Amino acid sequence: MSTPILEARGLTRVFRVGGFTNRSELHAVDDADFVINESEIVALVGESGSGKSTIARLLAQVYTPSSGEILFQGTPLPQLRSRHDQMRYRAAVPMVFQDPFSSLNPSYRVSHGILRGLKLHRPDLDASGRRAEAERVTEVVGLSPASEMLEKYPYEMSGGQRQRIGFAQALAYRPKVILADEPVSMLDISIRIGLLNVMEKLRDDEQVSLLYITHDIASARYVADRMMVMYAGRVVESGPVEEVLQESEHPYTQLLVAAVPDPRTKLTMTAKQAAGEPPKVVNPKPGCRFADRCPLVREVCRHVTPPLLELQPGHEVACHVAAENAGRAEDSMGAAA
Amino acid sequence: MSESNATASATASESTTPSDGSSGAPLLEVRGLSVVYETSSGTVTAVDNVDLTVNRGEFVAVVGESGCGKSTMLFGIAQLLMSPAKISSGEVIFRGENLVTMNDKELAPVRWRNLSVVMQSAMNALNPVRRIGAQYADTMKAHGVKSKATIRSRSEEVLALVGIDKIHLESYPHQLSGGMRQRAMIAMALLFAPELIIMDEPTSALDVVAQRSLMLQIKELQQQLGFAVLFVTHDMSLVSHFSDRLLVMYAAQEVEFGETRAVFDAPKHPYSEGLLDAFPSIRGPKVPLIGIPGSPPALSAMPPGCRFEPRCPLAYADCKVVEPELYTVDDVLARCLLYSPDHRPKEPAGPIDPTAKGSEP
Repeated sequence: MSTPILEARGLTRVFRVGGFTNRSELHAVDDADFVINESEIVALVGESGSGKSTIARLLAQVYTPSSGEILFQGTPLPQLRSRHDQMRYRAAVPMVFQDPFSSLNPSYRVSHGILRGLKLHRPDLDASGRRAEAERVTEVVGLSPASEMLEKYPYEMSGGQRQRIGFAQALAYRPKVILADEPVSMLDISIRIGLLNVMEKLRDDEQVSLLYITHDIASARYVADRMMVMYAGRVVESGPVEEVLQESEHPYTQLLVAAVPDPRTKLTMTAKQAAGEPPKVVNPKPGCRFADRCPLVREVCRHVTPPLLELQPGHEVACHVAAENAGRAEDSMGAAA
Repeated sequence: MSESNATASATASESTTPSDGSSGAPLLEVRGLSVVYETSSGTVTAVDNVDLTVNRGEFVAVVGESGCGKSTMLFGIAQLLMSPAKISSGEVIFRGENLVTMNDKELAPVRWRNLSVVMQSAMNALNPVRRIGAQYADTMKAHGVKSKATIRSRSEEVLALVGIDKIHLESYPHQLSGGMRQRAMIAMALLFAPELIIMDEPTSALDVVAQRSLMLQIKELQQQLGFAVLFVTHDMSLVSHFSDRLLVMYAAQEVEFGETRAVFDAPKHPYSEGLLDAFPSIRGPKVPLIGIPGSPPALSAMPPGCRFEPRCPLAYADCKVVEPELYTVDDVLARCLLYSPDHRPKEPAGPIDPTAKGSEP
C-alpha cells in the first residue's frame, strides 16, 4: 500500500480550562489514529463537542498537537520547517468552512480570494494563467458561466453558490486533502445534495481526498468511502462506510444510526435509549467514555480504556464487548480479561 | 409528580383543559393569513394567504426552506410580529376568538395559559443571568399565580415532566447542556398546561441523538397531556414519524397540506417531492440524488405564474403565466397546475405519481 497523504498517530490535543485554583485539562482529542489515502472521502461523524473540529484544526495546523504526530506523505509535520515546505503543506491541505456567509470577504468580488490564493500558491502562473485557472475551478464546482460568476460579490450569491466558491478556492491550490468542516450544514436541504455531488466530483475528476466533518450521517453515507465515528474525543469506530453503518460494532454507532430520522423506515428508537449526553472530558480517568450510556456496559469498561482494534479487515472498533465477541478480549482488556 | 410519569404514556384526555364549549370546531383556524414587511423599497409579502387548521391534540408540522415564511407565519399566529412586519389580512381563530383583532390587554390572559411558544434557540430565549426557577416564577406571577408554594411545586412538576431533576431550578441556563436548555424551555411552555404549543425549530441546534430524544419526549408529553402542537422545521425527515398533518411552504405560500403519511408516501407537489428526494437514506441501496437546483425566489421578485416554476423539473408553458390555486388531490391539497382542471399539460409530462395520475378527473 502506498504512503497515505495524511496519517495521525496517537494524536492528542488537551486544552487548559479553569482558573488559577482549579486548573484542569479538557481532552478534546485523545489518542486518535487514522489515515487519509489518495482520492477518498473520509467522513468524520459525531456529536458536537466530540472533537471533530479539533481534528480538522490540528490537521490545518491551527492547533499544535499536545502529543502524537501528524505525517504528511510520510513526513512528520514538525519537519516541514522551511517556508517552501510550509506553503506546500498549506496548499495541499486547505480548509472549507461551515458558514459560507462569513467565510468570504463581503467587500471583494469572489474572484479575489481565488486569485490571491493562486498568486500565493501557484507562482508558475502569470496573470492570464491565474484567470484561466480561476475560471476552470469555478466551472468544476458547478458555477457557470464562470467568467460572470467570478465578478459577483458574495451578497449576490446564494448560500449554496458561496459554498461552491469556498470549494473552488480550496481546489485552486491543487490540494491533496480538503478539510471540509460541516460544509453543508448551514445550507438548505434542497441544495445540500448539490454540494455533496461537487465533493464526489472533486474526488473522481480531480483526485482530491476530502475529510468530510459532519453530524449528518445520512449525507456521510451518501458521499464517503470510509467513516470514522468520534465520541467524547476518541475515535470509537472506523471502517468502510457501509460496514460501519450496517454492521455497527460500537454501541454508540448503533445509537447514532438509530437516531437518524428516515422517513422511509419505521422508528426504531425509544426515548429511554436516547437519553443521556456525551460527557465533558475534563481530567478523564481510564475507562470507556460511553460507559455511562452504554446498554452493554461491563465492570471492566469503567476501568480500562478500550483501544481501537481492527476486528475485521479495515474495520476498527474501540469496545471491550465487541472485541470479546470477536475473540480479542485479551487485546482489548489487557490484564483485566 | 414523579419522574417515572414522564415515561408512562398515560393518555390523559383534554377534559381538564378549560374548553370554550365548541367541541367540534378546530382549536386553531387560520383563514387567509397574509403578513407583509414594509421595507424602504416597497411592501413584500412574506406569508401569502395561508389557510391552516389545528385540531385539539393534533401535531401539525410546517416545513420549508429558510426564507419561505414559516417562522413569520408562526409569529403572525402568536401575534408576536413586530414592525416592519404586520398582518395585512386574514384571521386567526383560536378557541373561537379572533386573535388578530385583539389588543395586548385582551391577549394577555390567552397567552401562555392557552397558547405558549417555544423558540428556536433556548440559549437566547432564556435569561442568562437568572436562575431557571426564577424565570418560571416570573412567568407564573405575570399570569396571576401568587402563592410561592404553588409556584415551586408547579415548577418542579413541569421539570419532572421533561425529565430534568428539580435541582436545576437553581441552575443558570449556561449550566445546562443544549438539550436540557431546550427541555427547560418546553417545561416553561407547559407551566399552565396550554391547549396549543407553537414550536419554532426547537431541535435544530441539537445533535441527532439529542434531537431524536427531544422529539420522542414532545410526542410522549403530547399524548399524556393532550395539547396540540404547531411545529415548524426545515428538516422534513425529522417530523415524518411525529406529525399528524404536514404543511409544506414555498415562497410564502402553502404548496401542499395533508396527512403526513400521505404526503411522504406520495408527494403531490413537485417541490415536496424534490424535498423528499433531497434526503440521502442510511439504509437500502445508494442512489444518486440531485436535490432541487436553483434557489427560492426573492420575496420582492416573485415569478408571475407558479412560484416554483423556475426550479421545477416538470414545468411547462402554462406554469410561467398561470398562478396555481390549491387543488384537492386524494385528500391532499396541492398548489400545482398538474392538478388544475383547465391548465393541465396536453400530454402528461413525467407524472409525479404514476398510479394517481391516470385516473385524475
